[in-house]
Amino acid sequence: MAQTMPDLRNPQPIRSRKKPLPFPLNIWQSAVGRKWIMALTGVGLLGFVLAHMIGNLHIYEGPAELHEYAEALRGLGGGIVPRMVLLWVLRFGLIAMFGLHIAAAYTTKEISRKASDDANFMDGQKSYPGGRDYIAANYASRTMRWTGPIILLYLVFHLADLTWGWLPHTEYIKGDPYHNVATSLGNLPVAIIYILANVALALHIFHGTWSVFQSLGLNNPKYNQARKGLAAGLAGVILLGNLTFPILTQAGVIDDDKNPCGQITDQAENTECFEELLSHGGE
Amino acid sequence: MSENNINITLDVWRQNGPADKGHFETYEAKEISTDSSFLEMLDVVNERLIDDEKLPITFESDCREGICGTCSLMINGQAHGPNKGQATCQLHMRTFSDGDHITVEPFRAASFPVIKDLAVSRAALDTIQHAGGYVSVSTGSAPDANLTPVPKDAADLAMDAAACIGCGACVAACPNSAAQLFTSAKVNHLNLLPQGQSERWKRVEAMVDTMEDYFGTCTNHGECYEACPKEISLDFIAFMNRDYVKAKIKNRKLAGQK
Repeated sequence: MAQTMPDLRNPQPIRSRKKPLPFPLNIWQSAVGRKWIMALTGVGLLGFVLAHMIGNLHIYEGPAELHEYAEALRGLGGGIVPRMVLLWVLRFGLIAMFGLHIAAAYTTKEISRKASDDANFMDGQKSYPGGRDYIAANYASRTMRWTGPIILLYLVFHLADLTWGWLPHTEYIKGDPYHNVATSLGNLPVAIIYILANVALALHIFHGTWSVFQSLGLNNPKYNQARKGLAAGLAGVILLGNLTFPILTQAGVIDDDKNPCGQITDQAENTECFEELLSHGGE
Repeated sequence: MSENNINITLDVWRQNGPADKGHFETYEAKEISTDSSFLEMLDVVNERLIDDEKLPITFESDCREGICGTCSLMINGQAHGPNKGQATCQLHMRTFSDGDHITVEPFRAASFPVIKDLAVSRAALDTIQHAGGYVSVSTGSAPDANLTPVPKDAADLAMDAAACIGCGACVAACPNSAAQLFTSAKVNHLNLLPQGQSERWKRVEAMVDTMEDYFGTCTNHGECYEACPKEISLDFIAFMNRDYVKAKIKNRKLAGQK
């Protein structure tokens, strides 16, 4: 035959083995090690998402209290480290975790693509021409390779919307998160984007949480039964908490009319307004 | 038990050699006894094909009692068919009803090249086994029985892992073509026992590294466990992942480190 015949007794490896790097870089060289890193960074990112959701609940205390919370984040570390320093350390940690998480996900997916026939690898999974049945794989696990990029795109949108203030649909005032959230989520299309993205996030967290135990090899008959429950619980709590913001803004619970400083667009004057408000509240 | 006959339609993957593109062909299988196994049904179909002077369907089988791991087949999109904990040879036609349409495909993965029709080469699994699926035993007279105490729990768990027959259903069912369940079973049935301890860390590193030369990466779907005719637990994958990273972290040049 003209075509090259594969050697059926000695199959060709799908990838060539690299020279082992010194510890700990050799952990990255294997897919099992990369999954381990994906799990550890996933735990870190999950911690951030949970803390972010809980912290944002300050919005229900009122505009001044939310401003105070935002200021407290900038002043993390009290008088020990200068203002913004600890926050930036945490931010760089988050960026590094995101980078590692995404790099591990992308490279392991590429290995899986090579391990399946190229023609049969569709939508991030091996497919059979005659179709196939999924028994254990649920919607969340099969869409990890879609919800991941969706969350990344949403993250960029979210930062541009409420951190950088680049988007035209809000009159962004730095230092007045209540005003920014209320005016941004007051837009129905924006609220819908937030709701959909948070559903994707919850699906990602649901499969990710159960996966963490498996990837890190945390297996103990004492708590094995609780893993799926923990995954559903965490995903559910984060979903519920995060969905309150767009839904209650649309419902009028979060409204910029309730923000006494919301009309002051100058940042310095706006901050002054809040400080006065807070000092009166303290008396 | 009264014998029933059913008529079914088969969509069978026909591929004339590894380089061929392959396609589905439809066969009417009439008057199939519900007491026959799936492979016996294919035997009947093949006999009729031979009578018609056509090429019979190539498929693999050996013991036909679910312990050798030679039979394979994706039946209606499920490795080893719809029943849990059962190899294709033990799948009986009584599982299907009259008039059913059954799709039969080979196990697929880049490292499972199709030899012909439904037969695939699973030699890559042997390569993983060669990398560390053994214990080195010094020759000499046989040691006394029960000389090495083994806790009952460890013995039971090792036996559960050793039940793996290496059929490759886990790879076939995996959306990533990962061989984690096979490799973890082979790693753990030795790593759980005292006899396997001396080579424990070397074994897990060598076998996982070899596995990754040929197969995909696990994303914890759990499809492999559902497909496995021996119901090997996903827990073994967790044990293997734990041992692998431990092996990387350990400095085995430090003498006396367990």
